Amino acid sequence: MNEQEKQAWFQAYNARTHVLGRVISVITLVLLVGAPFVIGIYLGAMPDLGAVARGFFSVGLVWMVSSIAEFLIYTPMLGAGGGYLAFITGNLINMKIPCAVNARDIVGAKTGTAENEIISTLSIATSSLVTILVLALGVLLLVPLQPILQSEALQPAFSNVVPALFGAMAYKYFRKNMKIALAPLIVMSVLFILVPALTGSTSFMIIPSGALAIGIAYFFYKKQTREAEQK
Amino acid sequence: MSILSKLNSLPMYAICGAIITFVAAACVVFMVRAYRAGLAIGMDRTRMNRAITSSATFSLLPSVGILLGVIALSGSLGTPWPWLRLSVIGALHYETQVAQAAAEQVGMSGLSAAEMTPSGFTTIALLMSVCIIWGIVFSVFFNKRYLNKLGSGGESASGGAGFGDTAMSAMFIGLVSAYIGSYIGGFVSGNGVFSFGGDWMPLVVVAVSGAAMAGFVWLAEKKQLAWVDSFSVAGSMLLGMAAAVLVKLWI
Repeated sequence: MNEQEKQAWFQAYNARTHVLGRVISVITLVLLVGAPFVIGIYLGAMPDLGAVARGFFSVGLVWMVSSIAEFLIYTPMLGAGGGYLAFITGNLINMKIPCAVNARDIVGAKTGTAENEIISTLSIATSSLVTILVLALGVLLLVPLQPILQSEALQPAFSNVVPALFGAMAYKYFRKNMKIALAPLIVMSVLFILVPALTGSTSFMIIPSGALAIGIAYFFYKKQTREAEQK
Repeated sequence: MSILSKLNSLPMYAICGAIITFVAAACVVFMVRAYRAGLAIGMDRTRMNRAITSSATFSLLPSVGILLGVIALSGSLGTPWPWLRLSVIGALHYETQVAQAAAEQVGMSGLSAAEMTPSGFTTIALLMSVCIIWGIVFSVFFNKRYLNKLGSGGESASGGAGFGDTAMSAMFIGLVSAYIGSYIGGFVSGNGVFSFGGDWMPLVVVAVSGAAMAGFVWLAEKKQLAWVDSFSVAGSMLLGMAAAVLVKLWI
């Protein structure tokens, strides 16, 4: 396959990915929203739609805004296939995004390329299957596992899964990009120190922190481009 | 039959299990398609296998953490529903919060099996679903248009990505900075501004897993042990989490 044929083939593949992604997403939506009604038939009690509406306006709107931000931020990282799958399978910040970024780095795929699309899809699909498998096994073994997993001694480990993840990722990313990382890290630390209540909104603080990091990265990118042109 | 036995009954497992099976099948379909597409455009099999191995090892520990979420919620919602929620679409930090808010909306004082009714359960279940579907909804309507607008819809089968790649790394750096900043803030001002009496455990875990990652990187780069890369994140996390257990035992 020459380069042109490769591109045409990959564009057709991507178009089919969008069709498949949309169909599977719609079916998943119907299943997820329909399940409480099916369970309602089994239990003999349908959901109280008024309470659902009230609940949605009290907590759901916040999550809707958060979902818009997640969609805008993460879709370019994940590409088409990875994007559809990640939003279907969830656990984005604490697992799917770092997982896809890590896989992309390990194989050296660049954002916006066909390789990134493939690696990201493989990564998200694998990650989702591992979670589904671990949860299925865990549910199967729930009774014998429960005392071990819920033992007092292991609780500090499981309540620190996210810091453990971000500690490892911080070293990996900061060491080569200290110039970019320093300002957001300082600004975020100062903000969280001065306004401790923000701790409850960390997922929203990713937006200004990310914007600052991108701004600094753009400054250095432009500087580098200018220097390269002068040479 | 108590409400909890009903929520843990076979029909509940069948309903939730069927949805999980559908999503697992979708993952397999996407994976096989992507692998074949990779081969078709000339990608190296070894690179794709490395991506799969590293993603599998990467996901193991967080998945056990997610399993704990299922266990935590199973006391009030039964096992099948939290199993479904956390296998598909849900997020660890989201489920408990929304389930709690939903319970309050149906007049319960909190999320507990003692106060649960069939109607309360179906209402909570629907609210949990409705609140978190938006990522999928936006994907259905805007994923294609958004990616095409960004120019990453696969127009380029190879070649560079200019600033896009740096921007994505920067975004991720911003994400990590926000979380680490929140741990620093939590320690310094968690019990009052500049009290230095907040929770310091996340910072210990960040430091240990970061140091462990430095060790793995050293092994991969200086000792030419490239295979270590695939296990570096999972291994670092495990050491960071083990440090939390040891520190807690020690103090």
